[in-house]
Amino acid sequence: MVSLLKQPHPRETRMIFKNVDRPGWKPDIDSYLGDGGYEQLKKALTMTQVGVVDEVKASGLRGRGGAGFPCGVKWGFIKQDSPKPIYLICNADESEPGTFKDRYIIHQDPHQLIEGMVISCYAVNAKLAYIYIRGEFPEGAKILERALAEAREKNFLGKNIQGSGFDCEIYVHRGAGAYICGEETGLIESLEGKRPYPRIKPPYFPAVLGLYQCPTIVNNVETLCHVKHIIRLGGAEYAKIGKPNNTGTRILCVSGDVQKPGYFEVELGSLNMGEVINDLCGGMKPGRTLKAIIPGGSSAKVLRAGEKYKIKEKGPDGAMVDKEITLEEIPMDFDTLAAVGSMAGSGGVIVMDDSRNMVETLANINEFYAHESCGQCTPCREGSLWMQKITRRMVSGEGATQDPKVLKSVADNIAGKTICAFGEACAWPTQSFLAKFPDEFAAKAQKNVTPREVSDGVALQGGRPVLVHDHEVAAASEGGVPEKIAPWELSNASKAGEI
Amino acid sequence: MSNPSTTTAPPPVQLLNVQVDGVWHQFPKGTRVIEACTQAGKYVPRYCYHPKLSSPGNCRMCLIEMGMPKMGADRKPETGADGKPVINWIPRPQISCAQDVAEGMGIRTDSPMAQECRKGVMEFLLINHPLDCPVCDQAGECRLQEFSVEYGNDSSRFLEEKVHKPKHVDLGPRIVLDDERCILCSRCVRFTKEIAKDDALGFVDRGSYSTLTAHPGRRFDNNYTLNTVDICPVGALTSKDFRFKMRVWFLKETRSICTSCGTGCNTVIGSREETMYRQTPRENNDVNSAWMCDYGRLNFHYLHDERRLTAPLLRQADHTLQPVEWRKAFATAAQQLREFKGEEIAVVASARMTNEELYMTRRLADALKCSLVDVVPRTGEADDILLSADRNPNTSGAQLLGIGGDKLGSRLAEIVEGVRTGKIHAVVCLGEDLSEQGLDAKVLEELPCLVAMSILPNATTRAATVVLPGSGFAEKRGSMINVKGRLQRLNHAIPSPGDARDDWEILRDLIQALTGSNGLYMIEDVFKAMSNDVSALQGLSLSKIGDLGVQVVTEAESREVPKTPLETATAAQPT
Ligand SMILES: Cc1cc2nc3c(=O)[nH]c(=O)nc-3n(C[C@H](O)[C@H](O)[C@H](O)COP(=O)(O)O)c2cc1C
Ligand code: SF4
Ligand code: SF4
Ligand code: SF4
Repeated sequence: MVSLLKQPHPRETRMIFKNVDRPGWKPDIDSYLGDGGYEQLKKALTMTQVGVVDEVKASGLRGRGGAGFPCGVKWGFIKQDSPKPIYLICNADESEPGTFKDRYIIHQDPHQLIEGMVISCYAVNAKLAYIYIRGEFPEGAKILERALAEAREKNFLGKNIQGSGFDCEIYVHRGAGAYICGEETGLIESLEGKRPYPRIKPPYFPAVLGLYQCPTIVNNVETLCHVKHIIRLGGAEYAKIGKPNNTGTRILCVSGDVQKPGYFEVELGSLNMGEVINDLCGGMKPGRTLKAIIPGGSSAKVLRAGEKYKIKEKGPDGAMVDKEITLEEIPMDFDTLAAVGSMAGSGGVIVMDDSRNMVETLANINEFYAHESCGQCTPCREGSLWMQKITRRMVSGEGATQDPKVLKSVADNIAGKTICAFGEACAWPTQSFLAKFPDEFAAKAQKNVTPREVSDGVALQGGRPVLVHDHEVAAASEGGVPEKIAPWELSNASKAGEI
Repeated sequence: MSNPSTTTAPPPVQLLNVQVDGVWHQFPKGTRVIEACTQAGKYVPRYCYHPKLSSPGNCRMCLIEMGMPKMGADRKPETGADGKPVINWIPRPQISCAQDVAEGMGIRTDSPMAQECRKGVMEFLLINHPLDCPVCDQAGECRLQEFSVEYGNDSSRFLEEKVHKPKHVDLGPRIVLDDERCILCSRCVRFTKEIAKDDALGFVDRGSYSTLTAHPGRRFDNNYTLNTVDICPVGALTSKDFRFKMRVWFLKETRSICTSCGTGCNTVIGSREETMYRQTPRENNDVNSAWMCDYGRLNFHYLHDERRLTAPLLRQADHTLQPVEWRKAFATAAQQLREFKGEEIAVVASARMTNEELYMTRRLADALKCSLVDVVPRTGEADDILLSADRNPNTSGAQLLGIGGDKLGSRLAEIVEGVRTGKIHAVVCLGEDLSEQGLDAKVLEELPCLVAMSILPNATTRAATVVLPGSGFAEKRGSMINVKGRLQRLNHAIPSPGDARDDWEILRDLIQALTGSNGLYMIEDVFKAMSNDVSALQGLSLSKIGDLGVQVVTEAESREVPKTPLETATAAQPT
């Protein structure tokens, strides 16, 4: 819980992170109540359930977990008169590399999340909710348990909350440490006690067939916290923060080669990338220049400095006009980042300077995805490890001339063909790194290596000759070659025509 | 052996117009896209999809291009020049195994997008596959092999080392697993959970290192494990009983039924020359869905027991049994039986006999004027899947043919008592062993006439005056009626050993030796005579029974056929 930044930067707009690093603030209910806590819940309970959903729709709030899906629209999929129970799940798995925001809310302001969740439960008529917290956050889980007990004691949770007649309970569930548990249907499987194998959609859209095959809403921690502020301000007023269709504030988690990395809550689109780096983060490291940015967590496509990006902007007469901007000029909002070919994703901004080799960077990312693929569906399971092996070999100096081409085609054969969005998450880095930095990949792909050739008995694999088939050893030893022959010796023997 | 992928579609409530590769077809509502494609003659390759199991959509082999009708401003589908809906093609490929057809849906099974997807998946499946086809038991019926030919690349682009996993894993008493061959389709996992109701298998590790295993500390040992060998699309799961015994392409396939319990699971017998190597379940949605139990499946090795009776035997003056010619055996048996009056004779038959054999048994009893006829009941523990408590395959047939009175076995005590007290002097024992009824060898040996028909020696044949060697279930034709009242057919797959003969012929010739010609030359004649006598069988013939049988009597047992998740869902819907 060592905080990276004590004082909010003047260009920040702290709403969700208001109490994070706030001097004298404690994550207990007294602190929270002393600051107007749970007033928005009381207010929401006087509204109709549909009324709350309508405010969230009017606010334009988009999901902060990765996909940026409009929250109110998602809630609208729930049939409130469903004969089955309705569940709400808070996704606190926060495992996207480069993302570190949800944990600070949980550690320092758990009641804000609980208040947001109870309001959200009321809106979608869920009587039971879960906080699925990443296994590596044991302290967070404890803090949440404590906060839930406090809220329960004060009847902000439990039966007949504040005399409204609405019952709601929240449980904390700890994951066991797998990135895929953050994917909402994998999370649901895990919550049901199974391996977190993501489900096929259709038919298993959580809003229809979610937890225990019941209608379920899954939202990110940050998203659920915003709900409290939407009730406070009213949907229309909230929508004035940020930009149209990109409303509210958003927490940016900046890491990498900047002077002062950290988290910053800003109005959506109010800062461009250059401002994020130079104003919020104190600029690049001394003597270094910006090379590339991954703007929304490791899954987002990389953007290269020095390139021109095309966006559409409202001209003076109100009509949309094309405009070319630099990487530094890209405003940090959902729509612009999508327009320039990447995404706002989870808010994890990874900054790279000119000291970074892009093959090495991609190799690092590929290690992660090969390790985290759940292994359920063929393209991601096999492709993620294949890409990892290729980039690992390229980094080790054994890159083959065909590697960039093969890498691209492997990534192309994954994206869009898998059960869950992990497929894209693991293919996009490879696709975008190759597209943006072809020269660096070519430089590390110099060797002439032919694919395994059965006729030789051996093939170069990962730089070492490896025997092709076990039974060929047997066949070879029958031919009079000593049994414990090393593969390369076998290859020499073979060439000498001895077997 | 995989089963033909047909599902029982729900009643055709509504027909939907669907375009498959440019041609419009109609399919009943509720038809899976992948099944609709098959019906339209466009087979879509698949690994994980199995019509009798849930669809996880994990192999991604069945990706196709799909579209839905384009909606006009009036929210009605726009129609093109041909009067058919204009299709809006979805830019991403879709799996065809988990969605039902919809009105106006468009499907492209072979577009460049679909082809590219299949090629990609094939390559991914092969990069870490050991490619040990020459020594793999699945070769010849391997989906990976099959689809590689059609969709694979001719050379590999894979320069890396393959992932290594456990081989020769002893998964259970009947199954060996090769994890390197496993393509992680989860068919076996789903089968044992959804059908065998034993959640015994699962994956450990993740990504490309995912490994199939039994639950820690558990053996994969339920009574249905071998079905996983059938449905495993590759050679990862092999049967200890069958592996390395015979290459599958040499096997002759004969459609038959299992005779180890009253369910009568439909089977395919795999044989080569005079040897039966295996039997696998054959889909019949009125009997066994697509499954059979391990007990029934493996209960055939006795056919090749070296002790098989291969020639008729006659008791000699020195009390030994010696082989004789059939003619001599029949004449002697007839001569011995003629010595006694009807009330001094008993016939003990078996509900393992076919209808035709039981019908001939009835005729034999008539010829002997004997009324003391019964069959031996045989029971065991039932499960709630397929295995019936009735371990006789043809109890319903014996009942229908009126052998053994109202309650089968109810006259056995009288027969045993008669033999003990000397009231009964002659017994014809067909396919059973009287020692199991409490008659020991000494009592049996004292019988002046004991005619025993059997395929293996037992206490009764050893005490018999005449032994008639019969045929096992894979060696003959005939019919049986299962516990649910379904008339089904056995078929001849292999010859009987030595001079052993088809049981119905043995009975015919014995009757003939007693009473002269009876005009029955072929088994069809027997069925015809029987169907004239028994009203429930009227109008039927062996060929009319067909491969899937016909319902002839009302269900004696309300056993549920295992249902697919889809079938269960449709059944649960109020109609
Ligand atoms: C591989 C993968 C990992 C994910 N991990 C997370 C995560 O750690 N936290 C999260 O909130 N959403 C994660 N998501 C997104 C969720 O599936 C889901 O879209 C999100 O929780 C919805 O919440 P929102 O609408 O509030 O953003 C992940 C998605 C994928 C495909
Ligand atoms: S895409 Fe990857 S993570 Fe998602 S289900 Fe498939 S294998 Fe698992
Ligand atoms: S063992 Fe066979 S059936 Fe089971 S998951 Fe592997 S490939 Fe599929
Ligand atoms: S359930 Fe009965 S009929 Fe089916 S295989 Fe088993 S023993 Fe044979």
